Amino acid sequence: MRASSRFLLFLAAAALGFAGAARHAAAERERRAAEVEARTALVRRLGLTDLALFTEARYTRHPSQADRFTPFQEHPSSLEHFPSGSIAAPPRD
Amino acid sequence: MRTWLERQRYVVDFTLSSLARRKGKNLALLAVYALVVFSLASVLFFAHALRHESRAVLRDAPELLVQRVVAGRHDLLPQAWVATVAGIRGVSGARGRLWGYYFDPPSRANYTVMVPERFWGAKGQLVIGAGVARARGAAPGDQFPLKAADGTYLTLVVREVIPAESELVSADLLLVGEEDFRTLFDVAPGTFTDVAVSVRNAKEVQTVAGKVTRLLPSARPITRSEIVRTYDSILDWRSGLVVVVLAGALLAFVIVAWDKASGLSAEEKREIGILKAIGWETSDVLLMKVWEGAVVSLAAFAVGVLGAYAHVFLGDVALLAPVLRGWSTLYPAFRLVPSVDPYQVATLFFLTVVPYTVATVVPCWRAATIDPDSVMRT
Repeated sequence: MRASSRFLLFLAAAALGFAGAARHAAAERERRAAEVEARTALVRRLGLTDLALFTEARYTRHPSQADRFTPFQEHPSSLEHFPSGSIAAPPRD
Repeated sequence: MRTWLERQRYVVDFTLSSLARRKGKNLALLAVYALVVFSLASVLFFAHALRHESRAVLRDAPELLVQRVVAGRHDLLPQAWVATVAGIRGVSGARGRLWGYYFDPPSRANYTVMVPERFWGAKGQLVIGAGVARARGAAPGDQFPLKAADGTYLTLVVREVIPAESELVSADLLLVGEEDFRTLFDVAPGTFTDVAVSVRNAKEVQTVAGKVTRLLPSARPITRSEIVRTYDSILDWRSGLVVVVLAGALLAFVIVAWDKASGLSAEEKREIGILKAIGWETSDVLLMKVWEGAVVSLAAFAVGVLGAYAHVFLGDVALLAPVLRGWSTLYPAFRLVPSVDPYQVATLFFLTVVPYTVATVVPCWRAATIDPDSVMRT
């Protein structure tokens, strides 16, 4: 087989991969709609305000409810000391 | 048209056999290139899906929350505040909420203790999140001792575990009745953590928030749109240090790619010289180099992006999880609902494929315009 044919086959496989990913995403969204609705219903029922992503400190557990000057809140000019601060920036107004 | 296509195929054939002559070097470049695209795409996909999820879930968060701030810190507020807020025109309901944090020494985890508006359990019972159940090995019917503010133990009974599908918002929750909450934390009757406010007309939320600060100067109102904006900004991939680290990797790759692509080796120069001597036009040589750049970058882009999709949406973000977990011992187990922004994929494409292809062509154009005789002699 010619090298260009092999490359074309690779591109076709990649295009199929992208189409498959798009199809998978659409199917998952449809299949899990009830799950998202259950989460939303729980938020509504309990009046939740934040995601339970980072539970190590109160200002990482509830960033939307934390003091305005997080992450420097432990004492004046203290530096952010939790690793989650490396992917989550302090809230902005 | 057919001739044009056939010509392109011959050039691609030649390009691929030329790349195969330096197999080791080109495969290593392809692997690093694909890894850079994979890392960037993983962070982009993860942050976007989480932002999408947070918007979907938090659209039903309380419209307005009122906190009391004392000496710059969030403090408990009196019952009178609830009445004051409820009396503001436009407010359809105000309820004092009770919630706080409990550090659990056995599991070394922080729990969020909360009193729901209508707690469905009896006094002495609690409902726990799936993360808490995992951390403490607790199941419905088990006893759940908690150390109260006075040093004694308050032993509650687990009524139920919140279904795991809601773990993203409930992993660390302990839901208890009002009386148990006040006993546990020694919170005086008639005091609350904050006030959740419902506003009749959504357009009036900002006006109501303004009235709250006028009536209660030490209050801090937090609107639902601020909560959503907080998540938008903390999950903004451009603001995370992960991207700073990745940007370092990306820059290192750009330097390697630039060096590889722009500094033509003597062998490559000789190849160009021979091609020109046997009759290739400058445009043919450039076409070959465009294909060389395109083949490498398209392959790396496809492998990197598809790998990132599988990593984030099929493999539970295994490689980013340690960063996400941070120092918390209690972490929600969740699988994100796939949501990919085509704009981000297009940006990634133009940031990776186009610069590499251009970087391959420019130096070659210089070599291809020199006299073949002098190129071969050097």
